[in-house]
Amino acid sequence: MTDFTLKTDADGVAIITWDTVGKSMNVMNQQGFLDLDALIDQALADDTIKGVILTSGKPDSFAGGMDLNIIAKMKESAGDNPAKGLMNGLMDTHKILRKIERGGMDDKNKGGKPIACAMQGTGLGIGFEIPLACHRIFVADNPKAKIGLPEIMVGIFPGMGGTTRVTRMLGAMGASPFLLEGKLSNPQKAKSAGLVHEVVPADELLAAAKAWVLSEPKIVKPWDEKGYKMPGGAPYHPAGFMTFVGASAMVNGNTKGVYPAAKALLSAVYEGAMVPFDTALKIEARWFTHVLMNPSSANMIRSLFINKEALEKGAVRPDVADEKVKKVGVIGAGMMGAGIALVSAMAGIEVVLIDAKQESADKGKAYAEAYMDKGIARKKATPEKKETVLGLINATVDYDALKGCDLIVEAVFEDVAVKAEVTKKVQAVVGPDCIFATNTSTLPITELAKASESAENFIGIHFFSPVEKMMLVEIIKGQETGDRAVAKALDFTRQIRKTPIVVNDARFFYANRCIIPYINEGMRMVKEGVNPALIENAAKLVGMPLGPLQLVDETSIDLGVKIAKATKAAMGDAYDDAVDEILFWMADEGRLGRKTNAGFYAYNDKGKRQLLWDGLEAKYPLADDQPDLTEVQNRLLFAQVLEAVRALEEDVLMDIREGDVGAILGWGFAPWSGGPLSWLDMVGTPWAAETTNALAEQHGERFKAPDLLEDMAAKNQSFYGRFNPAKAA
Amino acid sequence: MAEAYIYDAVRSPRGKGRKDGSLHEVTAARLSANILNAVKSRNGLEGHAVEDVIWGNATQVMEQGGCLARTAVLASELDERIPGLSINRFCASGMEAVNLAANQIKGGAGMGYIAGGVEMMGRVPMGSDGAAIAVDPSIAMDSYFVPQGISADIIATEYGFTREQADQLGVESQRRAKAAWDDNRFAKSIVPVLDQNGLEILSHDEYMRPQTDMQSLGGLNPAFQAMGEVMPGFDKVALMKYPHLEKVNHIHHAGNSSGIVDGAAAVLIGSKEFGEAHGLKPRARIRATAKIGTDPTIMLTGPVPVTEHIMKQSGMAISDIDLFEVNEAFASVVLRFMQAFDVDNSKVNVNGGSIAMGHPLGATGAIIIGTLLDELERSDKEVGLATLCVASGMGAATIIERV
Repeated sequence: MTDFTLKTDADGVAIITWDTVGKSMNVMNQQGFLDLDALIDQALADDTIKGVILTSGKPDSFAGGMDLNIIAKMKESAGDNPAKGLMNGLMDTHKILRKIERGGMDDKNKGGKPIACAMQGTGLGIGFEIPLACHRIFVADNPKAKIGLPEIMVGIFPGMGGTTRVTRMLGAMGASPFLLEGKLSNPQKAKSAGLVHEVVPADELLAAAKAWVLSEPKIVKPWDEKGYKMPGGAPYHPAGFMTFVGASAMVNGNTKGVYPAAKALLSAVYEGAMVPFDTALKIEARWFTHVLMNPSSANMIRSLFINKEALEKGAVRPDVADEKVKKVGVIGAGMMGAGIALVSAMAGIEVVLIDAKQESADKGKAYAEAYMDKGIARKKATPEKKETVLGLINATVDYDALKGCDLIVEAVFEDVAVKAEVTKKVQAVVGPDCIFATNTSTLPITELAKASESAENFIGIHFFSPVEKMMLVEIIKGQETGDRAVAKALDFTRQIRKTPIVVNDARFFYANRCIIPYINEGMRMVKEGVNPALIENAAKLVGMPLGPLQLVDETSIDLGVKIAKATKAAMGDAYDDAVDEILFWMADEGRLGRKTNAGFYAYNDKGKRQLLWDGLEAKYPLADDQPDLTEVQNRLLFAQVLEAVRALEEDVLMDIREGDVGAILGWGFAPWSGGPLSWLDMVGTPWAAETTNALAEQHGERFKAPDLLEDMAAKNQSFYGRFNPAKAA
Repeated sequence: MAEAYIYDAVRSPRGKGRKDGSLHEVTAARLSANILNAVKSRNGLEGHAVEDVIWGNATQVMEQGGCLARTAVLASELDERIPGLSINRFCASGMEAVNLAANQIKGGAGMGYIAGGVEMMGRVPMGSDGAAIAVDPSIAMDSYFVPQGISADIIATEYGFTREQADQLGVESQRRAKAAWDDNRFAKSIVPVLDQNGLEILSHDEYMRPQTDMQSLGGLNPAFQAMGEVMPGFDKVALMKYPHLEKVNHIHHAGNSSGIVDGAAAVLIGSKEFGEAHGLKPRARIRATAKIGTDPTIMLTGPVPVTEHIMKQSGMAISDIDLFEVNEAFASVVLRFMQAFDVDNSKVNVNGGSIAMGHPLGATGAIIIGTLLDELERSDKEVGLATLCVASGMGAATIIERV
């Protein structure tokens, strides 16, 4: 059985149907390319065939993308020269797509057969690059369909002709949202952008395509005709000049120089714009090869695409029966509880939202209402959807309403006693068999579980704020947490479409144990007299979304104070109080961060962040000797990365994939690196151990390489080699 | 090694580089020929009198393309056996032409040269020759390219110059230029531009705004703030290269930056024997020349390292220099030069500069060498240094000494 089949109808129109065996959406694989190529050859050679319609055998989509094994196979295809294998493989692909695009015309653009693409719906990546090579694209009017080239999101760029074709269709400026931002469009929007030609009702799709094929249409692409000019101007056309100057600056400023794909993409666009189309494809292939050879791209694909999806699909789920949630009780209608209620209701789960006062419970529900209203205003939601969502949320003070819940998510005040009381109160209604999850970012789960009648059914779910925006959910197993509780938490996470990681119970779990040292390292440097601007810029230049000082402002100084006090109480003499002085001083100054319109940064009356607060320098004058950029960056990176290693060493992390995916989704750890453990693999454990030990000599024991890293450095091991989850599975 | 002497220096008046500028009707070749003819007639250069014409120009496309130097020679009354070499070191092209000629002479390759340059900025706009450093993403990103105005503002931020200081320098440039014109100090060099019928087109620097004061400059908005902070956001790129800065302080505008003008200038350079053969008296010797590359992002700090370089090469000290010409590309360039060497403002650009009179890119290097020589003679001083900042991160300098 093959994925592509050809049938010719009575009017001489060949219909090539793509139907990937065993998948709900078409995925291009190596054999698929060969089969498609052979069928195109056949259609072009057969005199009885007047034209071709390329379509999908799936009811409402065209194709979802490419099997990434193709890339791996290409790399292996030229012996010990992966770049050559990639280049050859990409050029072979270009040849197939170019054959479709030329449709059998001679070099004077005479003859040839029209080839239309009829898309039932979604076409992403290669699933849109193939249509782009066809002469006319018809799409079924399916508003849920997504069309576009999202490659840049995972650290590569459209490298199967998409970059070159979309640039020549829309110009550099017009193409930029679709190439540089990976913007996806529904069929109507794709049509108004000029990406597809016709949007027709689904049941008329093939007929419309066929009518066009039989209309003896002009099939030559503009760029294959004499006198073609790029829309908006080629790079050295006066208009194009400004576009390209601006594009480089924007990409540079926005990617901070750490994302190779955007830069390579732009170079392919620029260099390709000055040469004939076939040469441009060759240039695109060279730059795409260059990106695929960059470890950053491989790491991003691994973490943000492959492993993220694997975790979402239950890679670490215990083998127990379906635990999908039907009715969830959310206790505490503050910001977290309200957010949890909202995402649950949006997933179609019945929600009981409880607070001590009816007024507070209502306020929590009003949060969902406001969110849906905003969605309606932005045309992302409908009034009907709002009704459904609000209809699912029962805001009440009555614990009896919890009857029938199969999951409780408690999101009350971060206090052991308060949580214990709520736990007892809830269990009096729902009983010990109902899975009880506590939402906490700091309190030990095993400790909290003591208040429960069943520690086995007690689990931690750490949501990030704001819940509706943040993609990660950190699931924490207490010492006695059982498999059913883990499965319940994972199934719930999947229902609300978030990405889970499952970790063992230890101070600050995983995300916070890594992010706190990052923030602290920033404050330590301020105390040492390091230029605060350098600290913040250094963080951004390694791809952190926020500098440590801005992050403190966002999370608030008083939270920092609270954590510092609690940690000190728990750790006693082992506590390192290096940042207490600056933290407590800021709190005393009333500079609690964004919420007080004053923190490490100054804010204007409207709450907009201005420059770093000048009072900082008065208290901590700049040192005469400033560290260089790399040293600041290494301190900020190792502060996080070493914690990830320790978390693995201490069995808090049970799967390195979770360490990487969780870091990127949880606190935005330098996504270009693929995560902290991927970063260590990229720089090599020997270099990492040596560098961090040098930092330890200068800045303190906290930088000393953990035993695990020392051991791996000595053996020159990589994390994905030593802890390969695929092998373990 | 032979010495290289300056025998003459001439320049055109500078016209506004706009459609309504007086020189807008004049072609680059004609203005160049006009200047070459003046050098010829003032110095009696009949026949194969010089080895070459080295002609600087920063935008070598269209009428300034196709080796304008040779075109200009053929358009002039110079002998056709004199060839022509077009060169481009952006704003220092005219100076580089002089330096190259001087060093050819010192090395024995010919006795005499005409060196200078031209730029018709109103006819061939800046940047119209393209520039991969700005447009090619790989190069632009790796070199952290930002436009010059942003670079000038980075200098101001990095070295702590205020808007007020920059405006003061702009006002002073205008004041000095007017005083110099009122006092006829440019008379020795200025050659009026005439048409083919001998009718005068322009005889004075028309860009000047002598009425400029602090108040009038105070009303101008920073010219590079929007492109820096909003679209496309060059400041972000600047801070990637200068991460210890929190933001770029945008202080430059049309009133404290060089003017866009049309103009040309030439310097007649020769060996001792050249002067003897043509009965000419040397006015100064070219004591040293230098060029250097610098960080392309801050771009315009070149005058400082190139001056250090030329001092080292010539075994001289700043205190040996009586007068300085530091091209007023932007106020912060001159402020940085004075700060770095602790040079008093009374010795720098004493007759005003490019802020007041304009900066015809390819010509300016030759213009300021001529201006420097005229002023050394007028004030009876001995040694002068001229220097310019150069696009893409370069600098050039020349030291002349009266003989």
